[in-house]
Amino acid sequence: MTAQPFVLQILNALAALLLLLSFAMLAQRRVVTLVNLLALQGAVLCAATLLLAWRTGEAHLYFSAALTLCLKVAFLPWLLHRLIRRLGVYWDTDTLLDTTGTMLVGLLVVVFAFGLAQPISALASTATRSAVGIAVAVILLAFLTMITRRKAMSQVVGFLSMENGLFFGAMSATYGMPMIVELGVALDVLVAMLVLGVFFFQIREQFDSLDLEHLQSLKEDR
Amino acid sequence: MMTIEWFTQFLAVAAALAAAPLFLGWVNQCRAWLQNRRAPSVLLVYRGIRKLFHKDAAVAEPASRLFIFTPYIVFGTMVVAAAIIPSVSTRLPFGTAADAIALVGLFATARVFMSLAAMDIGTAFGSMGARREMMVGFLAEPALLMVIFVASLISMTTALPVISERLATQALTLSPSLAFTGVAFTMVLLAENARIPIDNPATHLELTMIHEAMLLEYSARHLALLEWAAALKLLNYACIGFALFLPWGAAMGEAGPPALLTAVAFLALKLLVAGVALALIETLSAKLRVFRAPQFLATAYLFASLGLLVHLLLGA
Repeated sequence: MTAQPFVLQILNALAALLLLLSFAMLAQRRVVTLVNLLALQGAVLCAATLLLAWRTGEAHLYFSAALTLCLKVAFLPWLLHRLIRRLGVYWDTDTLLDTTGTMLVGLLVVVFAFGLAQPISALASTATRSAVGIAVAVILLAFLTMITRRKAMSQVVGFLSMENGLFFGAMSATYGMPMIVELGVALDVLVAMLVLGVFFFQIREQFDSLDLEHLQSLKEDR
Repeated sequence: MMTIEWFTQFLAVAAALAAAPLFLGWVNQCRAWLQNRRAPSVLLVYRGIRKLFHKDAAVAEPASRLFIFTPYIVFGTMVVAAAIIPSVSTRLPFGTAADAIALVGLFATARVFMSLAAMDIGTAFGSMGARREMMVGFLAEPALLMVIFVASLISMTTALPVISERLATQALTLSPSLAFTGVAFTMVLLAENARIPIDNPATHLELTMIHEAMLLEYSARHLALLEWAAALKLLNYACIGFALFLPWGAAMGEAGPPALLTAVAFLALKLLVAGVALALIETLSAKLRVFRAPQFLATAYLFASLGLLVHLLLGA
């Protein structure tokens, strides 16, 4: 086995860390820790972007790293923490599957994602193409987090984690999206977050809880 | 050259037999220091074993021959395992007798006999301990096998000495898969050796016991052998960990007495550090309820399989 360049080794290690953090988010029941894990995932993503920017010399990657740092490591977690405090949602214990079951389903999802990414990474010509599988796995695991949770807050965290995965996928397959797309996505996420924040208060006012089960029944049935 | 190899083999087994109670004593001492207690002597485990050998054995009336034989079988399997694991040198005549998967089987043999003997007497605590032990064992084994599979995939062999040699000689790389499996292996080590998150080795509360509950009916030399075997098991697991994750320092290939001496010194150093690390983990974590054990071991399995998947995808 030939040894890879050291920068690529670090990038691979960061990718593996990203996957591990996704699993940690899947298992975590405390919403505050969940948000902290999201911030950590953003920080790992930012580090990976910076490293890739330094290796490839692409200037716009520096810009997107800065964007990740401001938005996903600092601003959004701060906003979420504030929402948690004001809404008083600290736990999301009532999930569809128990932790062990969710983890094992997550493992299957990872196997599926790695198989799914094989043709994509075969097409890509970047040095980091093998990490595309991890990006797809992060997206699907975030999706699983959203599916298994009941509280709106953890679903939003899952949504943001999914965006992290998409970003990482674009980065490892094509060295990042064009600047204008990246800016648009960042703005979308920001606006979505702000709108959802307002939404949380509306949901709580209507149903006295953030449990999204209540949204499944029609008004007449209640 | 043959005589040197057999001498090495003899040295490895003798070192393991002598070092096992010392290692356990060292872990206990570190634990006592970390918990602000006055530490017992490192030699306390030796003294306990010697004391037990001098006593007369009392055997329960309904005990069958299985109950009498089990301590010898368990001790024997642990000695054989110590002969197979490349702790001092990778060139051991016994090393070719069994690969890593057979080694897992060897540990399982010891566990089955322990559990059968515990149920043999028919006391409530013995059967309870045996059942719990089997539950922990059947959950820990897949994780341990997965850890071995990752190391085998990296070095393309299941023979433990060869894995150790290849991992030690390959270029030093950042390997997330080995890091994941290292975490998984540590969790399995804690569970299999009745250490704190799963079982408390110092407990006197029968209801929470797992390993101790199986020993309740044993006395004198039988108990001494079983306690020595437990210490050997801990040392064996630590040495498997060194062979897989810290292979540097062991004598590779043909080695004369000077190389063996440095290898023994390196092993002592690694055990010293591992003892502190083990005591630290045990002090920092609380004992889990028995029903949380599956979750703990499922996490270990998850780490190991993540290591496997990451290795397959990234080749690192």
